[in-house]
Formats: sequence, C-alpha cells, structure tokens
Amino acid sequence: MAVALTPGRSSAPPGDDVPRSIVVRASTGDRIFRGILRGGGLFVLFITGMILLFLFLRSLGAFERAGFGFFTTASFAPELSDHFGIAALLPDSALIAVMALAMAIPVGVSAAIFISEYAPPALRGPMIAVIDLMAAIPSIIFALFGFFFLMPRILGLNQWLSHHLGFIPIFHFSLADSLADYVGSTFIAAVVVSMMVIPIITSLGRQVFSQAPQGEREAAYALGSTKWGMVRTVVLPFGRGGVIGASMLGLGRALGETIAVTFILTPLTFTFNPHVLEEGGNSITDEITTFIQQYDPKGQAALLACGLVLFVATLIVNSLASVVVSRSRSGAATAD
Amino acid sequence: MATETVQATEARTPGAEDTGAEASDEARVRTSGLSSAGSATIIGSATAALGLVWILYERVLPFTGVLGFWLCWYVVFLSLYSVMARLQWDRLDARNRLASVAFYTAGLLVFLIVVSQVGYTLLRGADAVTHVNFWTQSQGFVGPESPMTVGGVVNSIVGSVEELGLSTLMAVPLGIVAALFLTEIGGGLARVVRTIVEAMTALPDLVAGLFIYIVLVLSLGYQKCGFCAAVAIAITMMPIVARASEVVLRIVPGTLKEASYAMGASQWRTVLNVTLPTARSGLATAVVLAMARGIGETAPVLFVAGYTKELNTDPFSGPMSSLPLYIFYSVHTFGTNPYVERGFGAGFVLVIVVLILFTIARRLGGAAPGELTKRQQRKLAREAA
Repeated sequence: MAVALTPGRSSAPPGDDVPRSIVVRASTGDRIFRGILRGGGLFVLFITGMILLFLFLRSLGAFERAGFGFFTTASFAPELSDHFGIAALLPDSALIAVMALAMAIPVGVSAAIFISEYAPPALRGPMIAVIDLMAAIPSIIFALFGFFFLMPRILGLNQWLSHHLGFIPIFHFSLADSLADYVGSTFIAAVVVSMMVIPIITSLGRQVFSQAPQGEREAAYALGSTKWGMVRTVVLPFGRGGVIGASMLGLGRALGETIAVTFILTPLTFTFNPHVLEEGGNSITDEITTFIQQYDPKGQAALLACGLVLFVATLIVNSLASVVVSRSRSGAATAD
Repeated sequence: MATETVQATEARTPGAEDTGAEASDEARVRTSGLSSAGSATIIGSATAALGLVWILYERVLPFTGVLGFWLCWYVVFLSLYSVMARLQWDRLDARNRLASVAFYTAGLLVFLIVVSQVGYTLLRGADAVTHVNFWTQSQGFVGPESPMTVGGVVNSIVGSVEELGLSTLMAVPLGIVAALFLTEIGGGLARVVRTIVEAMTALPDLVAGLFIYIVLVLSLGYQKCGFCAAVAIAITMMPIVARASEVVLRIVPGTLKEASYAMGASQWRTVLNVTLPTARSGLATAVVLAMARGIGETAPVLFVAGYTKELNTDPFSGPMSSLPLYIFYSVHTFGTNPYVERGFGAGFVLVIVVLILFTIARRLGGAAPGELTKRQQRKLAREAA
C-alpha cells in the first residue's frame, strides 16, 4: 500500500508540533486485489445464503401442505397424507445426539485432561496425533466399524440393560426378548456417533486446559493440593467455557451425522420410538438418504423441509458454540 | 501409572540420583514416577477384577457380549483399586491416585478405539486387496455371489481421484482467498464471514449434498455426474481450508510484512511475495487435511454422483463411483458376503489414503511459518558458499 506523507499544514506557526496527516492512496493493483479478497469473503456468505434460500424455496410446498402441523405431527408419510411432521423424526435425532454426548463428554474431557495434564511429554505428541487422526477418519469407516465390529459385541450389554434397568422408561423393552430384536436401535447408533464426537471435544478441550495459568496451578500446589485437587479446582473451572462450547460443536456434529446412523438404524415405523434399546428408529438424516430418490416431488419437498430444519438447527447450535467459546475466559486465549 | 505429587506420603523416598550435598540425610523428593507399591496395587486390582468378572460374568450370571465384559471389568477394577488404595494411603492421596488411573484409562480407551477402528478395517479388507483383479477390474460383471477373483475397485479409485482433484481445484483458491480476506482486510464484514465459516466447518455434510441436488439436478436438470459430486465435496472442503489457512496466515510475523511495506511494496505484492510464501507449509497442511476430509465424504455425494459398477473416466457425464460410495453400495445396498468383503477392501484403500494424507499433513505442519527445513537450510548454505 502506497503511503503518501503530506507535510504538516504550513499555516501552523513554526515551533508548534502538529501531527502530519497521513493519506493512504491504494494503487490500482491494490484496489483490484482488495476487491478480489472481498469477493472471496462475500462468496462464502453467498453460498450459505443460497443453501438456505434454495432449501427454503424447494420445501415451501411441504410447509404449505402441512401448515404448522409440520412441527407438531408425529408421523411422517408425506406421499400418502397431508398430515406429516418433523415431530416424528427430530426427537429420534435429538435422542441419538443427546445420548452420544452423554457418552462422549466424560470420555472426551477425561482424555483431554490426560493429554494436557497427565501424559508424559513423550506421549503427548503421539496422543494429539491420534485424536487428530480420529477426527480425520471418514464417517463411512466409523459406520463399517459400528455395524460389523461393535454391533454384535454390544447386544449382550443392551439385553442386560433392558433386563435390569428396564424400569427406567427409555430402557423399557417391549419386543420379543431375542438378541435379534436389539439390532439397529438408537442406542447403538448413539454409541457410534459418540465415537465421532469424542475427537471434537478432546481436541478443543486439550487446547483450553493447557491454557490454564501456571500461576494458579502453582498456587493450588502451594496450598497443599494433590494433582487431582489442582485439576479439579484450577484446570476444570478454567476450561468450563471451552468444554461447553466443544460439547455444543459435538452436538451439531451428532445431529448432522448421516452415514453411520443410516447404516445402523433400522427404520421400522414412521413414528417416534422413545425406547432406545428396541430395534427401529428414524432420524432426519437417515430418512433423507433413504428416501430422497424414491419419493415423488411432494415427498421430496417434505424431506427437504426436514433438511432445512436440520440445517438451521445446526447453524444456530454451532454459532452459539463459537460465541460461548470466545466469551469464556479460556476461549479468549484460544480464539485463533 | 499413578503420578505422585509432593504431598504423597510415599513420594518421600530417595530419588534415583544422590543430591551429593553434605547433608546426607536429605534426599531429593521424588515428585513423579511410578513406585513399586503403586504399580503393584494397580496390577493387583486389575488382575483381581479380571478373575472376579470372569467367574461372575462367564460362569455364574447369564451375561454375553465382549463389551459388557470389559465394562464390568472396568467398574470392578476401579472399585477394587479404590479400596486397596484406601487401605494403604490417606483419603486425599487415594482419591488422587484413583483420578490418575481414571484419566490414564480414558486416554487408553480413545487410543484403543482409533487403533481398533483402523486395525479392523485393514484386517477385514486385507483379503480383498491381495487379489490382483481387485486393482485392475471394476464391478462391471460382478453378480451377488461372484467370488473374490472377479471384480475390483478400479472404477472407484478413478472416480475418487477425479472428484477430489476437481473439488480441490475449486475449494483451495476460494478458501485461501476467503482466509486472506479475514486476515488482510478485516472489519465488521470479516467478523460475520468468520462466524459463518466456523459454523460451516461443522455443518452436516448431508446438507451440501442436498443443496447440489436441488440446484444442479432438480433445478438445472443436470444429469447426476462426478462433477456434481465434486462441487458438493468442494462446499464441505472450502470452510476447512479457509479456517485452517486463516490460523496460519495470522501468525505470519508482522515484521516481515512491515519490511516489505517499508521498501515500498504494494499490498498485493506483499501478500504474494511475503505472506503466502512464509505460510507455505501451514497452507499446505490446511489443503492436505481438507483433502483427507474430502476423500471420505459420503453423504454429500450419495445422491448427486449416481452410482455405477462400470468404469467411467469422464466426470462431466454419466454416473460415477467413488470409494465411499463403493463401500456404501456394496455393504448397505447389495449386502451379500462377497460384496461386503469387497466393500471392506475399498475401506482398506480409503483408510490407507487417509493415513497417507494425514501423515503428509503432520510432516508439513511441523514447521512454523518461515522456519526452514534441514534440506532448505543445506541448500541455503550451499548457495551462500
């Protein structure tokens, strides 16, 4: 950028220091360059806007047909009747996401504490690499692993849960009690999704925990704290905002996870099934991938409306997450 | 395993090396490390838990399932360990040790998940990839029960490479320009763009596929093809490139840029000749990581690429397969045994490609901006001489 320095006003009496005014005149090349950069930035906004706009336009028909019932009707057969709604799909999606978070948060945060506080220095680098690798593994590999490796090995646990904790409503089991009836349940889908959420929580949590001020750590030790005491009173409170933000990012990921859920869930009905151990369940993503190419335009519009709801929901959750992280004490330091 | 703090009563044992001071009764306090009693307690409780759970789980109670077994083992192990720790040490110390064990096992669990995932896919796929035909044939003449000596993955490798190449060509320039906008221009608009980019990195990848499906297939009437899939992948890759590039562009030392400005260079000259070359290794990492994400994307391409068992080398016309699609269709849609095995073979290839890209990204990312590698330093020394 060319900086032209004009001399101070000559009207000022000599001896008085007057700040000279600095005029920046961008060259033609610079103006074009800045224009291109602005264009690139605006293009990102443009794409996001277009996604919203097109999803909205294409799903308008569905909203017109179902009316407000779209948000309250708990059945989903948009080709057959005008009474269909996302209330049949969203609860299952949310149930999977919440269960996945309930499993991923303890493991993810503990692993983050391990990496930032407990791991010997020689192990820290490799563990960070392992977490990054876990985030880079394609979801279809998680799906294969979940379907062929995990599912046969977890059925016994599910049966045990239904036998002994069946009094808890969500663990209630009303199907015939053979192992085959435990296949394809929302619980197993949640276990697989939780493995995809762990690296998000762990890598952000690790960054936040390692920012905990050295002075406060030493203060805790000086007061006679054990290492666990130090972690509990200094590191965990310091990283609270970051962990909450990371969990919300994980929630966004879990809501939008597609392939692993499609592989594992067996959609038996088009209604919400709150019993997580039973076979059968449907999520928004599973519904879209399975039926978008089979439905007529009316049905497609309904599916696209579901996609729009999913998009808006994750957009809100993710934006909230980044606000939470940047507002928190620990997040401010790791904002980049 | 348990690291001991200064307060641990047991930690006051003499250290490995002598202090060498005159006061011979003063020994250095061991602040960390593994004492024999500590490790014996861990091993003891782990073994005891294993025995107890084996008897109860396998013999006495009607439980099945490997995962349940290890879950029970872990619970019994932690309770036994806390009891044994409480017998030897005071309350604070016992709790501290219990926490250490819990955190170590959490780290171990995550490690085991990754290893078993990669390992399982490689193991199941190893059979398919040893057949030569797997690398030279497409799925063209494969029936539901065709043996492993027929059919291969070549159509999907070609598709994946072409789609990834096209989407990289689209996503990388856009992502880097957006990142330059965030760092070089800034202001209120940049804050909005940054928020949107961050939200888009965690966006459901399915939505990118839906968007392309609506725009290219439903509205513009394009035939499903590899190019559509490449656009969908590019939409998911672009925010990743933008975000990772912004981080490395921001840590380019200001002094370098100021030196360039001071010599009268314009902004675009500075960016082109100073900022971008300085951040080169970081930018390369961003690109490679985005490629690793892009090649495994299944949901965006599921209904925009079409799927064919035949080899199609033209991304602009006709349906096109790719590695994730190959796995999805083989395992989920066709589902007979030989198909599943071939699907795992494709999983083998996909995991290896992701591992290679990941390793490249780590190697490139090791260097801070402007830091020279050994080879570059040697080259510089040679030129100087």
